[in-house]
Amino acid sequence: MSVAIKANRLTPYLFLAPAGIILIIALLYPIGYMVYASFLDWSPSQRIGQAEFIGLRNYINLMSDEAFRESFWVTIRFAAVVVTLEMALGVGLALLLDRNIPGMAVLRTVFILPMMIAPIVVGLMWRYMYHPTVGIFNRTLKDMGLEGIPWLSDSTWSFIAVVIADVWQWTPFIFILALAAMQSLPRSALEAAEIDGASEWQKIILIKLPLMMPVLIVTLLLRLIDAFKVLEVILVLTNGGPGLSTEILALRIFRTAQEFQELGEAAAMSNVLLMLLMAITIGMFAYNRVQEARAARQRAIAEKGDD
Amino acid sequence: MASQTQTRNPAFYALIAALVFMSAGPIALMLATSFKTNVDVYDASVSAFFFTPTIQNYETVLCNVLWYEPAHVDYCDPTFGRALKNSLIVGLISTGLTLVIGCMAAYALVRFRFMGRGTVSMTTLLMRMVPPAVLLVPVFGIWTFQFGLDQTYTGIILIYTAMNLPFVIWILQSFIVQVPIQLEEAARMDGANPFQVFFLVVLPIIQPGLAAAAIFTFRIAWNEFLLANALSGRSTRTVPVTIVNSITEYDIDWGVIMATGMLLAIPPILFTFVASKQIITGMTAGAVKG
Repeated sequence: MSVAIKANRLTPYLFLAPAGIILIIALLYPIGYMVYASFLDWSPSQRIGQAEFIGLRNYINLMSDEAFRESFWVTIRFAAVVVTLEMALGVGLALLLDRNIPGMAVLRTVFILPMMIAPIVVGLMWRYMYHPTVGIFNRTLKDMGLEGIPWLSDSTWSFIAVVIADVWQWTPFIFILALAAMQSLPRSALEAAEIDGASEWQKIILIKLPLMMPVLIVTLLLRLIDAFKVLEVILVLTNGGPGLSTEILALRIFRTAQEFQELGEAAAMSNVLLMLLMAITIGMFAYNRVQEARAARQRAIAEKGDD
Repeated sequence: MASQTQTRNPAFYALIAALVFMSAGPIALMLATSFKTNVDVYDASVSAFFFTPTIQNYETVLCNVLWYEPAHVDYCDPTFGRALKNSLIVGLISTGLTLVIGCMAAYALVRFRFMGRGTVSMTTLLMRMVPPAVLLVPVFGIWTFQFGLDQTYTGIILIYTAMNLPFVIWILQSFIVQVPIQLEEAARMDGANPFQVFFLVVLPIIQPGLAAAAIFTFRIAWNEFLLANALSGRSTRTVPVTIVNSITEYDIDWGVIMATGMLLAIPPILFTFVASKQIITGMTAGAVKG
C-alpha cells in the first residue's frame, strides 16, 4: 500500500480491536469448535462436554458413506457447471453490450435485480415456474401441444432445473464485473489494433480478453467459492431430490444437523467443505500471482520495445 | 467506452429485449401471481399475466399490521408481521455495527503500518469464503450451550456482523485508498487525533463506499435463512425462516407465498433502483481489489 500515516504504535490496534474481537468470537472460535466437534458423537440435546470423543470415526464413516460421496460429486459437478456457464454467458454478454447504447444504466440495473433477491424467494419463484401443471414452462409447452417436462421429479431434469435457477441469479455478477473491466481497458491498445486493421474478433481474443485476465480470474474465484455456498435455492426447489441428484454438500450438512441430529458428522462434513474451499482459494491465488508476474514481465518488455 | 460501433441492427435490440425479459420475467411473474387468487392460479384458462387482480393475498399476509380487518380473512396469523419487524431489527442493527467496525478496521489496514498487518489482512480475506453451512453446527452449539444467545436478537446480530465484516473490510479498503492523504495530514497538523481524522475527515469522503457496503450487508442479513433458522426462536424468527416454514406443507397457497416473497424482495429491489451505481462500484471494488 502506498502511503501510511505516522501514529502512536497502539493506534492501529485500537482501530482493529472491535473487528478483531467479533471475528475471533463469532468466526474463528466457531471454526475451531467445529474441528473439535468433528471428532465427537454429538447430538443437539447434549452439551458438547457430554458428547463422546470418537476420534476419526466420523471421517471414516463419511468416506465409506455412499450418499456422502455422491453429494460431494454433486457439489463439484454443480459448481463446475454453473461457473462455466455463468463465466461464458457473463463475459459473452459483456462483450456484446460493451458499446454506446442508450439506456445502458437502466439495463444494468435490471440485470442486477436477480442477485439482490433472497435465495429463498428465488427458489420459490422457480419452484412455481417449474410446477408440473401451473408452472409457466409446462403451461407454455402444453399450449404448444407438447408434453410437459418433469422438471423437479426427474433426477436429470432436477439438476438442470437447479443449474438454470443459479445461472439466472448469478450470471449478472460476472456480466457486471466483466463489463467494468472491459470499459476500463486502456484505449490506446485497442486503437493501435484498429489502426493495424484488426477485426472485432482479433481485438477480443488478442487484446480484450488477455488484458482482462487478472480481473476475470478473481471473478471466477469469487463465483466459484460462492457456488459452494449455495443452499437455500436448492433447499426450496428440490430439497436435494429426487434421490440425491441435487443434494449438494451444504444442503447435506444442513439436513444431517437438522433432520438427523448428527452434529458430529455434520461438523466433519463442514470441515471437508472448508478444506475444499481453502484448497481452491490458495490454488487460485498462487495461479494469479504467477499470472500477474508474467503480465508485469510482458509489460516491461513492451515498454522497452517502445523506446 | 471502449468500442465505438453504434449498432443499428434490429437483431441486436431484439436480443437486448429478450435478455431483459429473461432477467426480469420471473420477478414480474411472481408479482403477477401475488395478485392472483388461488383459483386463478390453478385455472389453466386464466392467463399468467392477464386476469382480475386482487390484493387479498397481501391482506392475508399483513392482516395483523393492517388498520382494518380484511373481510375474507377468517383467522389472522400474526407470524408475518412479527417476522417483518424481526428482519428489520436484525438487518438494521447488524448493518450499522458492521459498517462502523468494518470501516475502522479497513482504515487501520490501509493507513497504518504495524506488526501483523499482512496476517490480519490475509486472515480477513480467507474468512470471506467461509460458507454459512460450515458455521451452522458450531454456532448453534456455542450460542446455545456457552453464550446462552440462542433465540435472541443479539445472537443473530452477532453472527451476521461477523459474517459480513470480512467483505465490508475488503471493499472499504479500496475506497479509503483513494482518500487524498494530504487532507488527513492537514487535519493532523490542526491537532486532530487519529479518531477525529477518521470520523470527521475520512468517513464523509467515503460515503459512496459506505452506501455500497451498507446495501450488501443489509441484503445478506435481510435474505439469510440458514443461521436465522438455527438460532431464532418463535418470537425472533425472520421473514425467510417463516417463508420456509410455511411451504413445508404439501399444498402450497401460491398467491399468498408469492405475496410474502414480494414483500421480502421489495426492499432489495428498491435499493437496486435507487443505488445501482453504488452497488456496481461496490461489486467492482470488492472483486478487483486484491
